[in-house]
Amino acid sequence: MTWLGDNWRTVLDLAVSHLYLAGVPLVIGLVLALPLGWAAKRWAGAYPVIITGTGLLYTIPSLALFVMMPLLLGTKILDPVNVLVAMTIYTVALLVRTVADGLRAVPDHVEQAATAMGYRGLRRLFGVELPLALPVIAAGLRVAAVSNVSIVSVASVVGVSQLGDLLVDGYNRVIWGELLTGILACVLLALLLDLVIQAGTRALTPWVRAQGGRP
Amino acid sequence: MIPSLISWLTDPASWSGEDGIPTRLLEHLGYTLLTVVLAAVVAIPLGLWVGHTGRARWLVSLTNSVRAVPTLGLLFAVSLLLGPRISGELAFLVPSIVVLVILAIPPILAGTYAGIEAVSPAVRDAARGVGMTGWQVVRSVEVPNGMPLLLSGIRSAVLQVVATATIAALVGLGGLGRYLIDGIALGDYPRAAGGALLVAVLAVVLDGVLALVQRRVVSPGLTAGARSGRQGRGGSRGGPAGLAGGGRRGGVSGSGKDSADEMVEGERFVGETRAPL
Amino acid sequence: MKRTTSAIALVAASILGLTACGGGSDPLTAETTAAATGGGGEPIVVGGANFSESTLLAEIYAGALRAKGVEASTKLNIGSREIYLRALEDNSVQVFPEYTGALALYYDKTFTGTDADEVFAHVQKVLPDTLTVLDKSAAEDNDSIVVTAETASSKNLKTIEDLKAVAGDLALAAPPEFKERPQGIPGLESTYGVVFGSFRPLTGQGIVQALKNGQVGAANIFSTDPAIAANGFVALEDTKRLFGSQNIVPLVRADRAEEVKETLNAVSAKLTTESIAGMLKQTDIDKADPKTVAEEFLTTNGLG
Repeated sequence: MTWLGDNWRTVLDLAVSHLYLAGVPLVIGLVLALPLGWAAKRWAGAYPVIITGTGLLYTIPSLALFVMMPLLLGTKILDPVNVLVAMTIYTVALLVRTVADGLRAVPDHVEQAATAMGYRGLRRLFGVELPLALPVIAAGLRVAAVSNVSIVSVASVVGVSQLGDLLVDGYNRVIWGELLTGILACVLLALLLDLVIQAGTRALTPWVRAQGGRP
Repeated sequence: MIPSLISWLTDPASWSGEDGIPTRLLEHLGYTLLTVVLAAVVAIPLGLWVGHTGRARWLVSLTNSVRAVPTLGLLFAVSLLLGPRISGELAFLVPSIVVLVILAIPPILAGTYAGIEAVSPAVRDAARGVGMTGWQVVRSVEVPNGMPLLLSGIRSAVLQVVATATIAALVGLGGLGRYLIDGIALGDYPRAAGGALLVAVLAVVLDGVLALVQRRVVSPGLTAGARSGRQGRGGSRGGPAGLAGGGRRGGVSGSGKDSADEMVEGERFVGETRAPL
Repeated sequence: MKRTTSAIALVAASILGLTACGGGSDPLTAETTAAATGGGGEPIVVGGANFSESTLLAEIYAGALRAKGVEASTKLNIGSREIYLRALEDNSVQVFPEYTGALALYYDKTFTGTDADEVFAHVQKVLPDTLTVLDKSAAEDNDSIVVTAETASSKNLKTIEDLKAVAGDLALAAPPEFKERPQGIPGLESTYGVVFGSFRPLTGQGIVQALKNGQVGAANIFSTDPAIAANGFVALEDTKRLFGSQNIVPLVRADRAEEVKETLNAVSAKLTTESIAGMLKQTDIDKADPKTVAEEFLTTNGLG
């Protein structure tokens, strides 16, 4: 593809921006989703409230959120922070439920055994429950990652620069090389994030391999 | 901003004409139904086949990687490709529907496959032991047992389509996305916000309707089993009984193979596939 | 326990790492930054809207500024006028290529003047204090109503007025703003009595495609768009000057105007409608890089 050959530097720059805009919200979103998910699990009454609440955030179209952000945050209209915050909201909305369900899926008897051994409160959360819930949470994180990469490309419509620019310009000037490169770059980025999360999960859950978890 | 949003919503002019709220709502609903039906027609039989025969699992992984394709890019590409080949009004509808269907297939396929796959082998064995043919097993055992996850897949597909159809307004599609796109282009933020609100409301309503359908259609035996399943099973994941297939997986953690397996980890997040666009 | 500590460390490290990356050099602001060669002053960001001509002009302005030692960069693809005007106001961009007629109408919806100088004078009058315009260029880019060669001959269309009889059977493709802008649908009706059967809001290439593929009967395409010539379209004559004068002019923040005045006025003096149309053909039809085309223009005209 000659277009890529001539423009790979631009593509790389845009890819870095894209990674930043899609990736940072993943991290921040996860950090924010952990306490919320834990609260939803801990207090049965809170579960429907938190889950429905975050679920509602999820239904807001991304373009609308990008445009509303400056009004809500008082940021400048083109500030990429608008996109970052919007993407974090989506990530949190997606992950809160996953974290809650992941924590809920930890069998009661395991929890009780841990308590009996002296693990209480935060120690039990970080020492027992989260590690066991990790695969479920990681799976949710993977979905969020792929999702984020796709949504961020829409931000080109409001002037925030990333791989979506290739899509918009490729369409406007009918340059197939550019359009296809943009699509492919997004797919590769999504797959890259997916692999990184998978690898991270594998590294953090060695007991799965030990148990011969693969059927 | 809120007052101007409310005034846009309550303005009778917003409710009349071809750009009125009822028209756009119906258009949007129509696109969603059309898309989900078309996607289900493709994905459900495929999912049943893959789940029942256990063959071609790579298909599920493949379709899951389709989610990584940016919607915007796909819309542009398909519009450029199909535009010259279709005449009249359809030229604005077909490319968008094609893209929406492509993107709705993964969640439905994943849900169907996960639901069928999660049926406990013991149950399947029993069915064959009783003398059921393959087709009967699918119809009378696998589908009913796999219903929760299948319906989850459909619910998430519906949510996704409702949200993604808004972006298709960029290439000429109607529906609620028009308020969003036109509002932004005109700097008419109350309109854009109104559009966003309507999309959210529609999504919630449709999800509620499907939840009711789920309650009616899913056999009560499955939901009852979920409650007891959470307590007792050593090393199983708990949660809806559709996941009873935990026996095959061993341990709380998933085997981490492909994302389809991860999909089995919860109807809860078969329920969350892509975020809305 | 060890595993979880390492997990937490991993997460914490990645947050720190990513935020550090973000905080250091923001990869998202400037797309191109030339080394400042003693031009002094703060950097200038030239904005551009989401169509080729705007991108081209932005690159030309930025290139000219760079040649004079100003640290200039571009911020392209800013969707709508409302958005980029806000960007000018909150100082995200300082320069923007604009059009006299459109500006005049944006700030004064009742304005009906069509003469180039009249429009320019009015713009200077109605602009907010924070913004100003530099010299206008002779180059113009107007809205135009365009039909295919086939439609023009079969329905005998030469001017917009000729549409009056047939518009009811035709669909018009245009950017969403066209529907409500005074120079858009309302203007067509009040000035020419032309009312189209239906309206198709589309963006950029979508409009050209819709007209080309016969999904609409007419389209609103900018007069310098090379797609008109490339597809044999016919731009109908605006006999009553509904679309007025649209001279290209740099819209600048008042507090930075002095720094860029001389450079950009020199550019405006050299811009012509033909040269722009020619450059657009290079970027849109020959798919050349706008930056390269802009540089070529500047060098040829002794501005780069």
